[in-house]
Amino acid sequence: MDTTRLRRESQFRWVLDPQGAMRVPGVLYADEALLADMDDKVIEQVANVAALPGIVGASYAMPDAHWGYGFPIGGVAAFDPEQGGVVSAGGVGFDISCGVRTLHTGLSRADLNGREEALANELFHRIPAGVGSRGRIELSPAEMDDMLAGGARWAVGAGYGRPGDLERSEELGRMAGADPGAVSDRAKERQRDEMGTLGSGNHYLEVQRVAAIHDAETAAAFGLREDDLLVTIHCGSRGLGHQIGSEALKAMAQSAAGHGIDLPDRELACTPLKSREGRTYLGAMRAGINCALANRQILTHLTRAAFADVLPAADLDLLYDVSHNTCKEEIHVVDGVERRLFVHRKGATRALEPGSPNLVPALRAAGQPVLIGGTMGTASYILVGMAGNDGRSFGSSCHGAGRRMSRNQARKQWRGDQVVRELRQRGILVRSPSLRGVAEEAPGAYKAVEAVVAAAESAGLSRRVARVEPCVVIKG
Amino acid sequence: MTTAGWEHFEHQADIGLRAWGPDLATALEQAGVALTAVVTEPETVEATQAVALECTAADPEFLLVEWLDALIYAMATRRMLFATYEVHLDGLDLHATAFGEPVDRDRHAPAVEVKGATLTGLKAEPGADGAWRLECVVDV
Repeated sequence: MDTTRLRRESQFRWVLDPQGAMRVPGVLYADEALLADMDDKVIEQVANVAALPGIVGASYAMPDAHWGYGFPIGGVAAFDPEQGGVVSAGGVGFDISCGVRTLHTGLSRADLNGREEALANELFHRIPAGVGSRGRIELSPAEMDDMLAGGARWAVGAGYGRPGDLERSEELGRMAGADPGAVSDRAKERQRDEMGTLGSGNHYLEVQRVAAIHDAETAAAFGLREDDLLVTIHCGSRGLGHQIGSEALKAMAQSAAGHGIDLPDRELACTPLKSREGRTYLGAMRAGINCALANRQILTHLTRAAFADVLPAADLDLLYDVSHNTCKEEIHVVDGVERRLFVHRKGATRALEPGSPNLVPALRAAGQPVLIGGTMGTASYILVGMAGNDGRSFGSSCHGAGRRMSRNQARKQWRGDQVVRELRQRGILVRSPSLRGVAEEAPGAYKAVEAVVAAAESAGLSRRVARVEPCVVIKG
Repeated sequence: MTTAGWEHFEHQADIGLRAWGPDLATALEQAGVALTAVVTEPETVEATQAVALECTAADPEFLLVEWLDALIYAMATRRMLFATYEVHLDGLDLHATAFGEPVDRDRHAPAVEVKGATLTGLKAEPGADGAWRLECVVDV
């Protein structure tokens, strides 16, 4: 990236002053090395977002930002409906509410000794993963609407989980304001037998070991100790979310001019929050969030069943569930005034600080767990939102490492069977229906997550609490 | 460059499809093959079943997006992969038959689902020689 256009405000905060059509500055959080690695397209996309109507504060890029479509991936932007603010389907993304959920197991790594293969096989058997897989649940039209309105709360009511799970989830497991009637029949058809499926690509389920504790006090509040065995699930709203995103993107791109919005890039397709189209999209997008929450809840249920068979002493309690691709209505204080804003996080995680009114009660004192996915061969991180972050990024942080090379490049460089064998030698068991998929997801195809989380911490967004390493990986 | 064909181009997190042909219909057929190639090697897919598809749009660029989205939807809901296509255009009304088979995970080793076609770097235009060249980034 050409950093000469940026003004360095501190070691980890870089400002793109308003120019041209920009209504607010761009703010990039990164160290010098991460910034040098970022594509120039990130600056361009940050500037384009800053030009959208009703944007408040700044157009932000998180330390893992990379070239997305419309918004950068790792982009955060808040809009005020009273100032002509917009909602953007491209700013949410296709995989609505794609996110990460981490569970305690009540076991330590040693309890898994000798049972690794059995657990890997049982999880792979029970959890539908990969292209062409079907869920074990088929929803009737009425059940579909209940699921879209109820999210994880619907899933728990239907027997997929425990009431306690909901206390540890964003929105307490149910996104309010969802409108199943705003979701197209095609989107529902795409989801009919996809509940409880993991998906493919970068989605995964991992059994992990807590390899290091960085912040003992917060780790204790989160119930984490070194050598604890955890389970982390990364997936989203499946076909339903993808279909909602595709349809809204095309519709908003074609209607923007009619709302007087001049799009610098069609992929920024957006519509006023207060328009009928905007309200319809919000209703559908929130239903998509509920679909993702319900899906991760069903996967939690399937995971518990696998553990009950192989390691019956396990007790899988939810640590937390975060979403990456969302637009959420939140209260934030801007220049001393409380305002109701719609915050887009595209490939970015909420990272609410201790005491935040937007945080579930069970975690309000400690701050929000921020779950950062790494690769299947390296490590993931559990962080916590830092005090003061609301004023820095509307309470947001990075979401992962980001790719270092494309899927095609990765496939040329690695073979799936070699990746599986090498990881096995390091004590990591991988199960996947697609060796090509494993090659495309090889650990070396991703950037080092350490640099990203270190920058997020130095920038005051989220602080490292624990480092976790994979033991068993189910890839879609 | 051959008269009709396809290739992928690099986009950091996603995949760019590029297709060309002597006319728009042929280029759209090639874009369909490029889409299959995101998921698996197209030559491993056998054309044992035919699926009829239709779509329309206000301009050629959005027609490309609608066509790819229609294929993505058919692949997802039918659990199929497509090897070849026959596309007929009546103005910007597209009528097509996609030939393929159900996903066979052992034979196809399908790597990734395509979520949707984006509007990033979207192109659909005839060149000076009248040949059509299409570009679209798909989200995976």
